[in-house]
Order: sequence, then C-alpha cells, then structure tokens
Amino acid sequence: MSALVRFERLTKAFFGVPAVDDVTLDVEEGSVLGLIGENGAGKSTLVNMVGGVVAPSSGRMLWRDAPYAPRDAAAATERGIAFIHQELNLFLNLTVAENLFIDGFPKRFGLIDRHAIEARAAELMATLDLDLAPNALIEDLSPGERQLVEIAKALHREAELIVFDEPTTSLTPRETGRLFDVIERLRAQGKTIIYISHVLGDVARLCDSVAVLRDGKLIESGPTTTFDISRMIRAMIGRELSGLYPERSAGPTDATVLDVEGVSQPGVLEDVSLAVRRGEILGLFGLMGSGRSELARVLFGIDPAERGTISLDGRPLPTRPRERIRAGLAFVTENRREEGLMMEASIEDNLALVSIGRFGRAPLAFVDSEALTSESRDVAERVRLKAGDIHVQPAKALSGGNQQKVVIGKWLMRSPRAFILDEPTRGVDVGAKYEIYVLADQLAAEGGAVLFISSEIEELMGVCDRILVMSRGEIVGTFEAPPFDRPSILAAAFREAA
Amino acid sequence: MTGSALTRFALRNATFLIFAAVLLLFGLQTPGFLSPESLGNIVKQASFIGIAAVGITFVLLTRGIDLSVGSVMYLAPLLAGFAMRDLGVGVAGGVVTAVLAGLAMGALNAFFVVRLNIAPFIVTLSTLFFFRGAGTLLTSSRQFDFDREIVDFGLSKVAGVPMPIVVFALVALVAHVVLSRTTFGRQTYAVGADPEAARKAGIRVGWVQARVYMVSSAAAALAGFVLIAQIGRLDVAFGEGREFDVIAAAVLGGASLFGGIGTAIGTVVGATLIQTVKTGLVFTGVNLYLQPIALGGVIFLAVLIDSLRATRLRAARRRTIRPSSATP
Repeated sequence: MSALVRFERLTKAFFGVPAVDDVTLDVEEGSVLGLIGENGAGKSTLVNMVGGVVAPSSGRMLWRDAPYAPRDAAAATERGIAFIHQELNLFLNLTVAENLFIDGFPKRFGLIDRHAIEARAAELMATLDLDLAPNALIEDLSPGERQLVEIAKALHREAELIVFDEPTTSLTPRETGRLFDVIERLRAQGKTIIYISHVLGDVARLCDSVAVLRDGKLIESGPTTTFDISRMIRAMIGRELSGLYPERSAGPTDATVLDVEGVSQPGVLEDVSLAVRRGEILGLFGLMGSGRSELARVLFGIDPAERGTISLDGRPLPTRPRERIRAGLAFVTENRREEGLMMEASIEDNLALVSIGRFGRAPLAFVDSEALTSESRDVAERVRLKAGDIHVQPAKALSGGNQQKVVIGKWLMRSPRAFILDEPTRGVDVGAKYEIYVLADQLAAEGGAVLFISSEIEELMGVCDRILVMSRGEIVGTFEAPPFDRPSILAAAFREAA
Repeated sequence: MTGSALTRFALRNATFLIFAAVLLLFGLQTPGFLSPESLGNIVKQASFIGIAAVGITFVLLTRGIDLSVGSVMYLAPLLAGFAMRDLGVGVAGGVVTAVLAGLAMGALNAFFVVRLNIAPFIVTLSTLFFFRGAGTLLTSSRQFDFDREIVDFGLSKVAGVPMPIVVFALVALVAHVVLSRTTFGRQTYAVGADPEAARKAGIRVGWVQARVYMVSSAAAALAGFVLIAQIGRLDVAFGEGREFDVIAAAVLGGASLFGGIGTAIGTVVGATLIQTVKTGLVFTGVNLYLQPIALGGVIFLAVLIDSLRATRLRAARRRTIRPSSATP
C-alpha cells in the first residue's frame, strides 16, 4: 500500500500559536485512519488543511506523491475529498436525488432528467446497501439517514478521501451499526477514510491505524493492533499541572444552593442530577458535543426540559430566564461576543444590562444615572477591570479577558446566588485566565455557588472542589475532592473504563 | 397515517384544504356560487394579482422580498404605452416592451441586492418610490390613455377563454416547469433552504438571486399590462399598494417568508382563494365593512400555518447530541 495523502512537517499557527505543529504522517490509500486527541489537540485544523479550508503555515502535503496545496474548499472537493460533519450540508426541502445533483443536473430536452437522477441515486444507494427512496424529501429522513445521503453524495462526486468528523454523535446504536457497515464497504471499494471520534471503542473496532495528536503535535501513530484503549488515553494526555491556579480562599459548606434533579430532554439530556453547594466550585467536564452547554442553557431556562426539577435554595425555579435571573441565577455564556455582550455599547451599558430596572426612579422610571455610574464603577473595581472611562469605552475595545470580566460584573450587579460559568476562559490569554479563576474563587468565597463548565481538564482540576463528567447528555462520572486523577476523568469522558 | 404524518400532510397542503373549505362554505350558502360562470369570473379577477404573485414566489423562495411590484405594474405598462403611441409597435410590441422594462427594473433591484449586498426589503422599498416617481415624472401625474386596440386585445378570447385567464395559465405553467424541472428552479429552492450550504455546494448563489428579482418584475409588468388591457387607461395610482395583495396571495398559497417553501401551483390557488373569499363575501351579502376583516383573518391563518411549519423545520434542523426516539 502507498500513501494517498502525506503530511510533511505540516504546521499551522494562528496568531503565532501553533494549532498543528510539525506533523509528519502518512494516510495509506484504502485504509481507515483513526485520528484522536482532546479538544483543541489540532484534529480539525489538520483535516481542514486537507480540505482546503485553512492553508498551512509551513510544511507541505502530498497527494499520491505530488505536491498538493488546495486553493479553497472547492479545489479540495475537485481533487476528491469529502467531509461528513455533524452539521450536514443538505437541502431539507429537496429530494435525495436532487441533493446529489444540485450543482449540475443531467438534462433531457432542456429540462432536468428526473429518471436519470433517480436511477443514479438508486444505484449509489445499492452500492451502499441502503434502501432510501431517491424521491424522498430529506426533511422526512432521520439524522442517520441524512448522514448516509451525505456519504452517497461523496460517492457521487467520486471522492477518494472521506473525512468523518464525529459522525456517530446523533445516531442510534442501530444507525451507528449501519454507518460502520457502510464504512467497511467504502474501504472494500478502495476509498481512504480519516475517522475522527471521541468514542475510542469505535476507533479500535473500525480503524486500521491510529494517530494521536496533543497540543498540535503528533504524539504516536501506528496500526490499531498495537494500540489498546489505555495506550490511546495515555498518549492523549501528558501535561502536568503547574502553579497556574490560585489557592482557594474558602471551602464549600454543606448547604445546597443549586439543586438539579433528573433533568431530561429527548435528544439532548438524559436524567441529569447535580447539586452545587454554597461556597463550592463544581466543575463540569465534557468533550465537544457532550451536552455541557446544552445543560447550561436548560438550567438557565433558555431551552426547555421535558422532565426534572431545578431548584435554588430549596425552591423550585420558575420557567423563564427572566424569572430565574430574578430568583438569583446568573449565566456567563460560552459565546461571549454574540450572547454575552453588546459589543458596540459602552462598558457601563453592558454592566447595567440585567439590573437596569433597579435604577428606575419614580414617577416615570427614568434611570438614575448617577447611582448607576457609581455602582458600575464599584463592580468594575471588584472584577479588577482594566479599562478606560467605562462610561464611553465600548466593550469591543477590551481584551478577551476584560470582556469576560464585564460579563461577570454584569451579573455581580444583581448579587446572584448561583453562577453558571460556561467556558469562561475560552479565547482568553493565560494571565487573564488566572484572574478569572481568582474571580470564580471570590464568587464562591462570598457564599455563591459556582458551576464551572469547561472542556479543559486542567483548569477544572486546578480550581474545582468536585468534578462531574458529562458524555452524550448524561453525567457519567463524579470525582470528589482533589487531587483529581486526570486519566480517569478523561476515561469517563470517553466512556471507557479506566 | 399516524398523528404526526397527518399534521405534516395538513401543513404541507394547508392552502388546498382551506380552498376546498372556502368553496364548500360559500357553495352551501349560495347555490349559484359554484356555477362555471361565477368560478370563471373569480379566476379572471384573480389573474391580475395571480400573475405577479407567481413571479414573486421565486423571490420568496430565496428568502427575499420584492416590494416594488406595485410600482412596476404601473411603470412598465406606461413605457409600453409610450412605445405603442410614439413608436407604433402595436399590442404585441407593447407586451414585449412591458416585459423587457420589467426585466430591466428587476435587474436594477438585483444589482443592489446582489452586488451591493443591501437588504432586499430596503432596496425594493426604495425602488417602489423610484419607479412610481419615474412614471409620475413622465406623465406629469396625468392619466395615460391607450389606443382602442389594447382593449380589443384585452377583451379577446382564445377558444372561449378570456385573455387574462390565458395569460395567467401560461405564466403559471411556465413557472411550474421552471421551478420543478430546471436547474435554476431547483437551485432556487436550495438557496432559500440554506444559502451557506448552497454556496458550499458550488451553486452561484448571486446569479440565482439576481434572476429571481428579474422574474418577479417581469411577471409584475405583464400583470400590469394585462389589467391595463381591460380598461384602456392608466392613472397615476394604478397598482399602488398591490405589493401586499401579491405577497399575501403567494403566502396564502404556501410560499414561506422564511424561504425554501412554495410552488407556482400553490400561488395560483392562493391568488384564486383570496378572490374567492372576496367574491364569496359579496355573494353571501356579508356586511361590507366586515369583508376586509374576514379577508385579513384568512391571510392571518395562512401566515400562522407558515410559522408553524417553519418552527417544525427548525426543530428538524436542531443539532442533537444523543439519539432521540422522537426523530421525524
């Protein structure tokens, strides 16, 4: 066998920070390569370079031993590369056959030749051993069936390299089995496959070889037969904790503040129970797509839950976000720019956003701007905001770390009882991260309950009193009190026994 | 058929179900209502709005909007009138002139929407004033009188079928074939369903969008000409406010303001349905002042159904992270 794709010393840096670092790797033609690593290990960046979505900073790629540098995604498609993502690129309002041919229909007398496209679609279905009607609307298909249509589309475009990125997350076990049968068939037809997944058991079962990335570097690679699951996990982790985290100033008490009992929502969450105590920082770890943020949204009342109760200080919380805010819940979203801040508005306006009602003065509820300004200044000081005049400076003019402090400060204006921090340190530099950990500690020490959601195991191990692990919308592990054992947390997140 | 399949069927065919119900309702109340003459009259009166509505369906399919159709209905036949009077191009030349003028106006809309990337609502709101303003300037706000020959054409019949119905049927047929059987048509649906995915699939999204505005304006121009041919004169308020009738007809016919959903046939039924309700209310002697309210109610019902359908579609698109038994 020879390499279909070869990476030679491939590097991609974003703003000087390498996401993929000096990777040299062969992808054998006609084989299935499992690509694994933690979130942010560089898997997506690596395959995005193959897919023409990002260009390498240095190093090169070879396609059948000839230099390969796709201009854009279209050039990569042309060369024979297809992606099967979690988000599918199908048109729900068109049929299976139409989706295959949307960029170029065969014609008869100037009109689309429906017989031809449906026959071709049926033929492709047959090679995949599927029985989807070519004239079925995508809208009427299940997620698993839609994914199979994407695969048929890849075959129709005569793709030679098919990249699967977490393809099984929304599939039922039966659909997953069918997907694996299809992948076996593709390999039998000589297609080359890169399979990215957090489900290590699937990787072991499906792949011919495995490559492990960590911090952008290729740590290990080799035939699957030489990799057992514990070796995969060992290779994915490796960094040691250092003095990146502040000392905790106080410990948790016994009083439960935020109590979640048996929360379920079909397709998203299954029987989630947890309790955050007064003075506690409870960590919630999960890989991409594990349901972390979905849980946060349900807790805050943005998304519904079909079953379960959520209570604060022993009282069940009302349904809507507005009422939950009033009851004392605060939510720092993972998406600071779009959901956490009004980027064009001043820092003061941002700080005032959730508590503006408090500053209304009778009779016409005109805002008491003096009180507002003085309180905003206090809060800005409390969160150690580094900014100019908070009355005029817009939020967008702040660094990521300071923006996050504004979001936290916005909630402090209401003195909430419980905080949900969803990825509070994402896109924040190391120094500012430390300050956010200090803030989290401060919130807890002042008697708040903090639910700290993160995909970075280290920071949770560094700042939390307890850590829960989520996977596929369920709590799959609870780790009491530091020191935490990193491999077992990760193993839980990957749903493997350590 | 399970409950959810039944709901889906009802949502997808809401227009036809409402149409059948309305016909039945008026038919039972007044026996003469379902006679061929009465129904023929309804279709004839529906054809003016209907022709333009079939055109605007293309725009709605791409998530766009075209507010300028009412002004195009005025300006395009006016230019045709000048050509017929001053250049002597005849009625056939007049039709061609009107349609060409419509295409040009659509191209102007398309230029602003696609090239300058301005929101279609704003663009077509501006051209609504611009086109009408151009017409008022040309006529100095005076009524324009056409020659007798245009009315001869307008009141003529083909095999016993009145001219407006013939044109309406032709436009609907061509639009139906284009939408369902050509690359342009299917790509129109794709662009409306997911512009980003369409771009990724290699569809020339801008070119698709440009053409839908030209189709819409050309259809509006033709609609204007057909009605002018019934009355033989064009006053300055002609077509004013008609954009809303046109959009209402398309939406009532199942076209979604959220893009990606709608058919030419549905729009034909939608336009006919509005006219049926109007005529029916007159027939059954409903209080004159209650008639607009009843019409508003019907339109509201259609928009409500559109919104329900869109909510269901969004739910279908929502990302799930674990298998759910509730898959469609």
